[in-house]
Amino acid sequence: MDTALQPTLQPDVQRLLDEHSSRELLRLVVVGSVDDGKSTLIGRLLYECDGLFEDQISAVRRASAKRAATRTEGVPPEVLAQGLRAAAGAEEEELDFSLFTDGLRAEREQGITIDVAYRYLSTSKRKIIIADTPGHIQYTRNMATGASTADAAVILVDARLGVLPQTRRHAYIANLLGIPYLAVAVNKMDLVGFDRATFERIGSELADFAHTLGFEGVRLFPVSASRGDNITRPSARTPWHEGGTLLGWLESLPHQRRLDNAPFRFPVQYVLRPHQDYRGLAGQVASGTVRVGDEIQVLPSGRRTRVAGIDTFDGPLEEASAPASVTLRLADNVDASRGDVLAHVDEPPLALQQLDAMLVWFGEQPLDPSRRYLVKQATRTAPAQVERIHWRMELEDLSEVPAESLALNDIGKVRLVVRRPLLADPYRENRRTGAFIIIDALTHDTVGAGMVLGPAETGVKGAVESSLVDAAERSARLGQSGAIVLLPQARDAASKAFTLERRLFDQGRHVAVVAGDVEVALALAGAGLVALVHAEAPQVRRALRAEARDAGVAWLKLDAAEELAPQVERLFNPRESSK
Amino acid sequence: MSDNTVAGRSHLAELEAESIHIIRETVAEFANPVMLYSIGKDSQVLLHLARKAFHPAPLPFPLLHVDTTWKFREMYAFRDAFVARHGIRLLVHQNRKALAEGINPFDHGSQKYTHAMKTQALLEALAQHGFDAAFGGARRDEEKSRAKERVFSFRDRHGQWDPRRQRPELWNLYNGRVDAGESMRVFPLSNWTELDVWHYVLRERIPVVPLYFAAERPIIDRNGTLLMVDDERMRLRPGEKPTLRRVRFRTLGCYPLSGAIESSATTVEAVIHEMVHARQSERQGRLIDHDEEGSMELKKREGYF
Repeated sequence: MDTALQPTLQPDVQRLLDEHSSRELLRLVVVGSVDDGKSTLIGRLLYECDGLFEDQISAVRRASAKRAATRTEGVPPEVLAQGLRAAAGAEEEELDFSLFTDGLRAEREQGITIDVAYRYLSTSKRKIIIADTPGHIQYTRNMATGASTADAAVILVDARLGVLPQTRRHAYIANLLGIPYLAVAVNKMDLVGFDRATFERIGSELADFAHTLGFEGVRLFPVSASRGDNITRPSARTPWHEGGTLLGWLESLPHQRRLDNAPFRFPVQYVLRPHQDYRGLAGQVASGTVRVGDEIQVLPSGRRTRVAGIDTFDGPLEEASAPASVTLRLADNVDASRGDVLAHVDEPPLALQQLDAMLVWFGEQPLDPSRRYLVKQATRTAPAQVERIHWRMELEDLSEVPAESLALNDIGKVRLVVRRPLLADPYRENRRTGAFIIIDALTHDTVGAGMVLGPAETGVKGAVESSLVDAAERSARLGQSGAIVLLPQARDAASKAFTLERRLFDQGRHVAVVAGDVEVALALAGAGLVALVHAEAPQVRRALRAEARDAGVAWLKLDAAEELAPQVERLFNPRESSK
Repeated sequence: MSDNTVAGRSHLAELEAESIHIIRETVAEFANPVMLYSIGKDSQVLLHLARKAFHPAPLPFPLLHVDTTWKFREMYAFRDAFVARHGIRLLVHQNRKALAEGINPFDHGSQKYTHAMKTQALLEALAQHGFDAAFGGARRDEEKSRAKERVFSFRDRHGQWDPRRQRPELWNLYNGRVDAGESMRVFPLSNWTELDVWHYVLRERIPVVPLYFAAERPIIDRNGTLLMVDDERMRLRPGEKPTLRRVRFRTLGCYPLSGAIESSATTVEAVIHEMVHARQSERQGRLIDHDEEGSMELKKREGYF
């Protein structure tokens, strides 16, 4: 029994192993409508990379013939017979490649794709997971799903139709979900006679747009999915194209390891406690690297400790990097449980209770700001409310419009209030810890997907940043720019401030005195006034300076050794101060 | 053996980390999970990953074998030896009522038989023990209707799958919330392919049932499907006589419904080698998928895995 249980290994095992395990994983999302030939493109990729098996191919042959037959009802029998022979024959160009990827009965009947399907492809360099997503406008949900994990996106464009609003939408969503690499497959080139000018016109239109969105790079390929041009083999029909094949591009993309360089984040998933002497925190490294001995903190408690060990089934490790699933032991008996996050002491995540986020809405019922939802982010689930919808993205023309709610497939910017703080990073910096889903607390459906932007723009800062009156307009009206002026520390600082205020007011300036309140100072300065602030506490003085800098408000700290008024005057006459 | 120090560098390490994450999420979010155990290679890989996920603690859930009583004898022997060796808690469930009625793969056709002995039996077992989550070893590359399956696949109070009620799955954030009576089927191997499974078996030296390797076995050829006569219950048709042929199995199920392939691969690497060159997909040997076009989808709607 034992020898059977344990198959003996041959000497060439290592070679086989090396060959296979050196392959990198690439997650790809392919977007387009049925009419763009997306299913055909994916079917073609699978077919040419030997991702399909003989019996699947023969099943498709049979189905191709059957479909050809039903499409041709009423066609004279001799023509039909000819068509059937062609479909059943071994001519690959007669195969309906889209049938390889059509999945569910319902959609086969309707002839459309209605959900995300995943396909797997292996080349000598890569294992590629393809998320096959339908591109109709109402299926934003599916595209967001497929794009959420993707390293690269391929968008299909019909060469005859060129860049459509839909194309821009797809590029926008790909960018929103943080996909760094984008390719556009200009399909059906055979139907425009492989015309170079057509291809280049589409190319330049798209390149500009993608650049505005902020893609690292966009590649274009002139292809014919049904004929196989420039998909896995360079086409002789596009001698003017020097950009290689689509597959070549997929194989050459830098493997996405950006999470390696991000700060270390370890959301605790599960506490392992097999016996009294062992307490391990099980989880997946979301980003960065941790080493035994590292000083870390447990959030939200903030307790500091050291990593005593990194344990796995295969033995202890010295270090672990994303995306490894490991178990960490901590040096002290520091309490940590599911939902907590471990991070290095000098690089903590944000603790967000009020946050701004981009939200994609999936619910059949529109987003209801009065309703309670659940937010799941990393390993933490907390009750939450969408307090405000800043704007909704109008997908037709990609403009931001005011909105009271978000309906199915809408995208918008919202302010979220969470009962317990999320330990998160902005999505742009960290796709793992910056992502969350919204669950309906009653139906338990997943009704939304969110991407953290940062702390909520509430109060003064939000008012300043969201204001429709800009600083230049204010200064033109008031004849001065807003500023925060900090008086020197002194027992009589308050009375000095009021004296100063009187004097400046008499000179025609708009001024006000603030007693140590950072928010108020910021609000006044934001409104174009000069805020004369007196504050004793060093932390308030520091905070003032930091907030003023963050908000881009002019800042002046008065020198006790000089007379105060002339120092402030320089704010109003910058030329004099630079003499 | 594992390349954990460079976890994530190879796609196998990344798949492993993803699967372990899924298994831990399930245990953290459900009250009473169970792992379906079919004794096949995917089950072995799944079990191996689960042991990794909770090491050094024991598995926090039992295994459940839905037993049709028609598995290969070698599968039963392997199962018993394996769980005994690793001290794993195994539940075995059979549809007693269907057995008493004498439902078998010969008289009742593969559809009815599968429904009674697998689908019904599974639903019975889940209800009886009150399991709210059940791990399965299904992969998306197995069959077309599986390509759209979620990692967390929601089932209603009747254990049934409705494609329209499946939840969108973004990032690695799984929504594990269910009401009483509803449940989740969880597929940690969703993103693995058959080739990945075999490479992992090789890399991790995971024991599998010897039926996966070529040996001389008593075989009848029925309309091109090679069936093994595993015991005296096999009903031979007139003129059928078992002959010894060198075969192996790509998938294992009930012996009267599992087709073998002719092969000389006696080791894991030989199997991998053969597979890279073979162009027959795995489920072809499974008679139940061919009942009619879209048959797997129908079975899933009823509550089959």
